[in-house]
Amino acid sequence: MLPEITRENLIDFCRRMLLIRLFEEALIVLHKAGRFSGHYHVYIGQEATGVSALSFLEEGDSIFTTHRNHGHLLARGAEPGRLLAEILGRRDGYNKGKGGTFHTNVAALGFLQASGVVGGIIPLATGAAYAIKAQETGRISVCLFGDGALEEGAAAESFNIASLWKLPVLYLCENNGKYGHGRDVGAARSSTLATYPLTDLPAAYRLPIHQVDGTDAGAVHGVVAEAIKKIRWDGGPQFIEAQTVRWPGGETNWPIVPIPTDVALAWDVNSVPEAARHWYRDSDPVLILIRELVEKKQATKAEINQIQKGVRDVVDRAVEFALASPYPKPETALEDVFA
Amino acid sequence: MRELAYYESKLEALREILAANGKVHLMGGSFLGLSPRRNLFREIEKSYPDRVISPPISELGYCGLAIGAAMAGLRPIVDLSTASFIFEAWPQVVNEAANALYMSGGQTRVPVVFHVLHGLRGGGAAQHSHSPQAMLWNCPGLEVVLPSSPRDVRGLLKTAAGTDNPTIFVDHLNLLELRGPVPENDEAIPFGRAEVKRAGDDVTVIATSYMVQRSLTVAGRLASEGIEVEVVDPRTLVPLDFQTMMTSVEKTRRVVIVDECHQSCGVAAELAARIGEAGFDKLRAPIRRVTTLDVPVPFSAPLEEFISPSESRIADAIREVAQGKRLKVDRP
Repeated sequence: MLPEITRENLIDFCRRMLLIRLFEEALIVLHKAGRFSGHYHVYIGQEATGVSALSFLEEGDSIFTTHRNHGHLLARGAEPGRLLAEILGRRDGYNKGKGGTFHTNVAALGFLQASGVVGGIIPLATGAAYAIKAQETGRISVCLFGDGALEEGAAAESFNIASLWKLPVLYLCENNGKYGHGRDVGAARSSTLATYPLTDLPAAYRLPIHQVDGTDAGAVHGVVAEAIKKIRWDGGPQFIEAQTVRWPGGETNWPIVPIPTDVALAWDVNSVPEAARHWYRDSDPVLILIRELVEKKQATKAEINQIQKGVRDVVDRAVEFALASPYPKPETALEDVFA
Repeated sequence: MRELAYYESKLEALREILAANGKVHLMGGSFLGLSPRRNLFREIEKSYPDRVISPPISELGYCGLAIGAAMAGLRPIVDLSTASFIFEAWPQVVNEAANALYMSGGQTRVPVVFHVLHGLRGGGAAQHSHSPQAMLWNCPGLEVVLPSSPRDVRGLLKTAAGTDNPTIFVDHLNLLELRGPVPENDEAIPFGRAEVKRAGDDVTVIATSYMVQRSLTVAGRLASEGIEVEVVDPRTLVPLDFQTMMTSVEKTRRVVIVDECHQSCGVAAELAARIGEAGFDKLRAPIRRVTTLDVPVPFSAPLEEFISPSESRIADAIREVAQGKRLKVDRP
């Protein structure tokens, strides 16, 4: 369903989701070309969750994210060029090249820590909520993490404390392995947790829980609106599981899928190898939104094409900017150890 | 100058810190450990019911919570009680707090203090006797503080409460009853300033925490044998005042390092390496370390005494260095 927002905002959602998609597809190309080292994680398939959920945040709210942070940062309005420069380890990166893809952080947008340790931010976000409550700022803390983080003790300890102390924190668990619970169903990678559904774990600590289709921008929008209203109203924690389906391009044993994504795939998936078509038809949040915008006459196909053209330009400029940015001076490695 | 017990000075500092800054919250209530004085902390707890909180037995959870609260504007001081328990919170302390400022490129500050009680306490056995300061020193981004006197605990705690860096305040139960001068209006003691706790010309002893007091006792005894010992207390390992140590070493040209960490890769090992690198040509005798021997800490009193940096081992080391004798290397 479409989020209940103005047409202008719907177009903005579409633009942001497409930006995340095309940005990360450009990143894949850069990595394959050897432009940065190490491994990285993409947010492809989860764009509706990040863009919808983070649209509710206000100045002063705290956000904590993970190794899969690019989508969250772009959803909040990070500059694609500076974000990409950070991922490439360049001087103009948000973290001066010290964080890279795992730790890209934009404090000015409310991000306090991007941790590459699974579950690492759950206590931190809980602590920011403690600070918010202690200082009575009326803000909230948002913690974005994957289903795997629920396997960490840090999650259980934090849920217990947040529940006992009624801390204003939104735990948004992005379960990107909807059809991959447990190894019994043959999924390549998925969480390995005895509780099923995943929400049984936070429910055991008496956190109010919600489950939502994370590929549906409107559904996410509705659930997050309700959860955040409750947090701001009575101050206690809320837990949302947003379910998405893993992008077939993210697995080396899957067929090669075409990149960059073209909005024309919303109506014709024949260019995609057959084994991967189901994802583009049923589970791609960007295409789902585009189809709905057109079906419900919120945008024409021509407008969607215009949006795509604009976003491609933005991504091209970001790539140019990042590649033109010099590497940091080596001796700056010794700075920023202490405040 | 008035004289206070160490525990009185420490409590006074906590009261003053809480009164001075509403952003300071205390998490955990064992700043005096399980000593008979622990109930004195309850008065502070009663004065600040909203700012002195008792978390569940979840070191990982509440240390991370304190770090996150620090990122979001508070100045939490966390009491972990026994230093060995900081291992339960290791991922949050060394992998989140220590790295936050650096990996964010200077954006995220973490003004949090972790208070721990380290070392051999008499019957603590293997799981309650750790001295984790060397491991923590091995994690860039953490400040490491080791008070050794009533005056220092107050002054250093005040600085810890005001620094913008994650700080480990490594205290020792055996210091709590020690009495000493504490000025009425003592200012905070800046980090990175070592103090010469006793002047002497023959041997430099660099000691930390409770080992400062033990070394002073030994120094007093050795004076009657004609050996004048200079005791230098770094007070903080990070930042480290190496200059004051080297000035003393250059004067005496003989050095013994006394610390409660296990010997290998311990605080004494690092200090010895630095002195060796900077001043090998100044030394008239090999550098000698007196530390906890490299075995898990045993329970039984004579066993614990045997592996500890005891007065007799400190005295032997000083005598050997003073006379330039050949080293007897400790091995378990």
